[in-house]
Amino acid sequence: MMKRFVYINDDSSQDLYCDNRISNRKYTLWNFLPKNLWEQFRRFMNQYFLLIACLQLWSLITPVNPASTWGPLIIIFAVSATKEAWDDYNRYLSDKQANEKEVWVVKDGIRKHIQAQDIHVGNIVWLRENDEVPCDLVLIGTSEPQGICYVETSALDGETDLKTRVVSSACIGLASEQLHIIKGVIECPNPDKDITRFDGNMRLFPPFIDNDLCPLTIRNTLLQSCYLRNTEWACGVAVYTGNETKLGMSRGVPEPKLTAVDAMIDKLTGAIFLFQVVVVIVLGFAGNIWKDTEARKQWYVKYPEDGPWYELLVIPLRFELLCSIMIPISIKVSLDLVKGIYAKFIDWDEEMYDHDTRTPSHAANTAISEDLGQVEYILTDKTGTLTENKMIFRRCCINGVFYGNESGDALKDVQLLNAVANNVADVIRFVTIMTVCNTVIPIRSKSGTISYKAQSQDEDALVNAAARLHMVLISKNGSSLEINLNGSLIQYEILDILEFTSDRKRMSVVVKDCQDGKILLLSKGADEAILPCAYAGQQIRPFVDAVEQYAQLGLRTLCLGWRELKDDEYNEWSHAFKQARSTLVDREWKLAEVCQILEHDLEIIGVTAIEDRLQDGVPETIETLRQAGINFWMLTGDKQNTAIQIALLCNFISSEPKGQLLFINGKTEDEVLRSLERVLLTMRITSSEPKDLAFVVDGWALEIILKQYRAVFTELAILSRTAICCRVTPSQKAQLVELLKSCDYRTLAIGDGGNDVRMIQQADIGVGISGREGLQAARAADYSIGKFRFLKRLILVHGRYSYNRTAFLSQYSFYKSLLICFIQIFFSFFSGVSGTSLFNSISLMAYNVFYTSIPVLTVVLDKDLSEKTVMQNPQILLYCQAGRLLNPSTFAGWFGRSLYHALVVFLITVHAYADEKSEMEELSMVALSGCIWLQAFVVTIEMNSFTILQHLAIWGNFAAFYFINSVVSTIPSAGMYTIMFRLCRQPSYWITVVLIVAVGMGPVLALKYFRYTYRSSAINILQQAERSRGPIFSMGGLESQLKSLEKDVASLSTSQSKFRNSVYEPLLSASDPPPTSTRRSIGPATFDFLQPAQSRLSSSYSRNCKDN
Amino acid sequence: MNSSSGSAAGPSSGSGDGSAPRRNSKRPKYSKFTQQELPACKPILTPKWVISVFTLVGVIFVPIGIAALMASNNVVEIVDRYDTECIPANMTGDKVAYIQNDDIIKTCTRNLTVPKDMDQPIYVYYQLDNFYQNHRRYVKSRNDAQLKDADQANKTSGCDPEKTTKDGSPIVPCGLIAWSLFNDTYNFTLGNKNLSVNKNGISWKSDRDHKFGKDVFPKNFQNGILRGGASLDSNKPLNEQEDLIVWMRTAALPTFRKLYGKIHQDLKANDIIMVTLENNYNTYSFNGKKKLVLSTSSWLGGKNDFLGIAYLTIGGLCFFLATAFTVVYLVKPRKLGDPSYLSWNRNPSGH
Repeated sequence: MMKRFVYINDDSSQDLYCDNRISNRKYTLWNFLPKNLWEQFRRFMNQYFLLIACLQLWSLITPVNPASTWGPLIIIFAVSATKEAWDDYNRYLSDKQANEKEVWVVKDGIRKHIQAQDIHVGNIVWLRENDEVPCDLVLIGTSEPQGICYVETSALDGETDLKTRVVSSACIGLASEQLHIIKGVIECPNPDKDITRFDGNMRLFPPFIDNDLCPLTIRNTLLQSCYLRNTEWACGVAVYTGNETKLGMSRGVPEPKLTAVDAMIDKLTGAIFLFQVVVVIVLGFAGNIWKDTEARKQWYVKYPEDGPWYELLVIPLRFELLCSIMIPISIKVSLDLVKGIYAKFIDWDEEMYDHDTRTPSHAANTAISEDLGQVEYILTDKTGTLTENKMIFRRCCINGVFYGNESGDALKDVQLLNAVANNVADVIRFVTIMTVCNTVIPIRSKSGTISYKAQSQDEDALVNAAARLHMVLISKNGSSLEINLNGSLIQYEILDILEFTSDRKRMSVVVKDCQDGKILLLSKGADEAILPCAYAGQQIRPFVDAVEQYAQLGLRTLCLGWRELKDDEYNEWSHAFKQARSTLVDREWKLAEVCQILEHDLEIIGVTAIEDRLQDGVPETIETLRQAGINFWMLTGDKQNTAIQIALLCNFISSEPKGQLLFINGKTEDEVLRSLERVLLTMRITSSEPKDLAFVVDGWALEIILKQYRAVFTELAILSRTAICCRVTPSQKAQLVELLKSCDYRTLAIGDGGNDVRMIQQADIGVGISGREGLQAARAADYSIGKFRFLKRLILVHGRYSYNRTAFLSQYSFYKSLLICFIQIFFSFFSGVSGTSLFNSISLMAYNVFYTSIPVLTVVLDKDLSEKTVMQNPQILLYCQAGRLLNPSTFAGWFGRSLYHALVVFLITVHAYADEKSEMEELSMVALSGCIWLQAFVVTIEMNSFTILQHLAIWGNFAAFYFINSVVSTIPSAGMYTIMFRLCRQPSYWITVVLIVAVGMGPVLALKYFRYTYRSSAINILQQAERSRGPIFSMGGLESQLKSLEKDVASLSTSQSKFRNSVYEPLLSASDPPPTSTRRSIGPATFDFLQPAQSRLSSSYSRNCKDN
Repeated sequence: MNSSSGSAAGPSSGSGDGSAPRRNSKRPKYSKFTQQELPACKPILTPKWVISVFTLVGVIFVPIGIAALMASNNVVEIVDRYDTECIPANMTGDKVAYIQNDDIIKTCTRNLTVPKDMDQPIYVYYQLDNFYQNHRRYVKSRNDAQLKDADQANKTSGCDPEKTTKDGSPIVPCGLIAWSLFNDTYNFTLGNKNLSVNKNGISWKSDRDHKFGKDVFPKNFQNGILRGGASLDSNKPLNEQEDLIVWMRTAALPTFRKLYGKIHQDLKANDIIMVTLENNYNTYSFNGKKKLVLSTSSWLGGKNDFLGIAYLTIGGLCFFLATAFTVVYLVKPRKLGDPSYLSWNRNPSGH
């Protein structure tokens, strides 16, 4: 059965469907253990360790006590399970909060407060303004007489404008009392996730006699998670509840994000695993040969003549177990732990606390901090992300007179205020259009103040500005409209509203002035939509100039115009308009055509300029991050011009001749393709020049491109460091993210609105700005921050440190595991390749879990460079971006180091403790001590900064090693009874251990020093600079010279965009300053770590330069 | 929209109260730790620092090396390999047959010349080469519980294949290690006088006290068809069987020495010691060597030049490195932290 019948307000039928309980939980109390274990064992690593642990139960092959693997394994599982349980508990709490929210529901004809989870299908739910819709409803009544209400659907589809929803025709006009007792049936399809369709029918029962079936569409519904706006109340019948709502059905489990570092670690783990397999096979083979040739002669070993069938396998399996520690069992737990701390550092960061909105930054996803340091592309939304999304009327130009140019605020311009006070006709008309030509609804509160409800932020700004100019829109009741101008009341009758559509790009109202009965057409719109409608002979040049000038400042412009209509002209048109309004086919197009008839011969009177202010620090942030080698794409739903202007303002693109914009446009596929190929060609040719190229593409062309010319566009995307995509839809944003991801780039998407949610979820890292457009983006994001400028700190400080720390921690984990494993392997050559373990079980377990894990955890406090230095030298991020600190070649270094250290420890131990001293327990403890000493010094030498905690962990661990072993040495039944005391009394023990440290660390130190001083990386140079000369900006010489030059350039490029004539002036023209020319003359740098970025620019798809 | 929480009863207003202070506490609390601003020292590898470290290591290592080498040199050691010499000339073709033949009397006499004065105590070791006491089958073939406690004589787990006798009664001490106990014996005479070898206290005291029971007596030991090494006096408790205790401290390396006894008598240079030994232990089947070692000892142990030489080498290398770094530093000084080395400061376009 594909349909469900919902009986309105009928309690008897409600058990058929589930209640409105929302559940996002993964586990229940009962299935937690099995389900969680199952989940965990789906990881290859865990399966591997379980296999090892099971093999160890076979005493014939186990070299050590099975507890040495089972112990850590159980601890690790317990830790992971606890974390899962905690997360699930939090999900349970948030579900509970949603479920227990109080809503008004009609029960037995009376409105009652019940919990949201108790809503059943068929209940009538009442909502007040700004309430969240608790389940999917069919609208049956609103406070508005026309039966409409406004909803915000951004949580559902990401669109932030208000949408109108209408009461189904059968219920229009029902009074609120009637709605309490209404009965009927709704026939609707079974739940699905299509949020654009709802094909239902409704029939009311007597006494609401309406025998016709009333069709229902999506326009008659209120879907779960929408918000009721600008409407006092609305009520509806619940049709889908709980997890069966449209939202609930479309809720997928988000794919867990895997960082590049994690992927690299997995890759390295795989490599080590292969290495281990090879070692096991070789040693197993050697062991079997030795057994057959030598061990049979060793009579004291008493090898039986013929063993069981699996005899050939015994020695390889023994080596498998012996080598299983090569893959550090603790790495997962260690990484989870430090990642949690990175996230906490972000939450705690004072400098990322937004004092305006009083929100701290928050890392919702604790697992991907390293990726922040490896970001290559930032895809950013414009409105609300780069800008504050606070529209403010700033300037205007009325009949060629500019207001507000000096002060930057027309509302404070005395000239304008005087003009209004003196009733200058043009100005009054201008302000009247601002006040009247809109769909703003004034709302008078009880205290008498008037507030405005506007769907468009621009209209809101205009009406508010007019009010400041003493023309106050007081009320709008149906068709009558009242204005208070300087204390006198003016009334208008609204005859028609010619609505705004994105194609027409203008709107008009036809009003009748109640004083003199004149009919006026008042229009406002984009310049390209209004100026052509000017009456023949009007000079539109001043307005074009004004628009240009304002646009250069990044202001949003609207042109205002008007015309008086003759009565008969209006009447004739009005008839046509009414006809067009009632057509069923192509209604929008016909309406536009009719509007066109009226909107001509306008007298243009002025231009308004509205500012959407850039957030603080946006240009600096973008500048810094671009220096760090991050490419920026702007994806906005806004129009091209505004987007370009904002982009210019915030250093996003540079103006001619430093930068160049390449436009991809066209209406047909051919045009788009031609345009695309032209842009690509230009891009290829100029990619070698030091010129900032950016391409601009609009949503229409993008749609065609993404469908047809993906490959070409991909190439373009790789070549281009900057792009502006305008008029793009939420799904296009997500597609662009995916495109960049498919080229193996690390992408970060940042946005503030619901329309950014999909791109945020798609990107490797999603950052949400908890801004004015609500919290949808912030909730969906991995990181939420209060201001765009915090992004700089998030990436350069937190991302970079996290990457550095994880890079060290993970490689170190492999190093220490390999170290002990290599020693075991060397020992096997001295023990007849029989798979004897040199170390006892306790030592092996404690080595992995305690001795070597704890000191290295303090790496979460390590800082190679101070935050200030990083901020001043953002280029240093390239080390993280290109993965210089964790890649196969650095790993090879660590591998080599562990091999070398294992050799040192083993050979020195074997020679120093030869002959009469070669007692098993003693020798193994000497070797273990050597490892512990070495690892303490390795951590010390690799750590960059030492806080008290690091000292405590490194040297405390050292003391703990001796303490623990001394304690174990007092247990008579332990294998190492008295061993530690005996050793500590021997001078040869201390001499041996010191020798191990000297031989092990000497070359490391010498090499490090040599590279540090004579082959210094940029990090080293900055470290030295930091140390030797304090903060780097106070240095004299070339550096500061360059810095100041760069500042000049920066200020030039920001100031130039402010004044139109300077835009086209060559930036560094005839008087090219000498420092720049010297910089040029140095030519291609010999030692240049920017190379990866450049070679990538030279059109190579593959990322060959990530290593080294 | 406040109406819902305002008019609501207990639970929801409670949660409202709960959320309000939480919002305030959202503000990060300032502490040096949370802001990652704990005072930290950032040592960097300046030439001065590195050169002094290497010099210091050199200064410390060379004297220690000299001391260690001297200690090793002061140890007087007599090593005599006897396994090849103690075979009658007619049996050299088939050494294994010789050693496995119980009917042949295997007494052998060796003369050792004391190269230098040896002060007491003089340690007598036997050294085995190519003997894998650390072989996995061997090293685990013992049961510590059985050795310690008479009540646990039946505990023979891990002792394969020397667990029980044919009829199933447990062997004490069980396992391959005990079974293969070394059984060569040595008697020393200096001139005409018997040089007494003290075999008490050759094992670790902790082993005698805590690892081997004083009421545990050998049982069914070496009763099998295949005889391994030495037999044990079944009237002596295990903690007095010091040869066994020494033997059961398994060696980690295939070449090892084990203490046989101590001679509490000074020996003069050119003294000739006559050793009468019984060459019982089979090392011929696996080409192992047997050596008799007489050695004095120093604070560092026996004769072992390794540590001394290693210390001298490392000390020398450190001096060399320190000098090399100094020379390089003087010849080719490089300003630390010069930002002009930064590639982006040299990059012409620099984006």
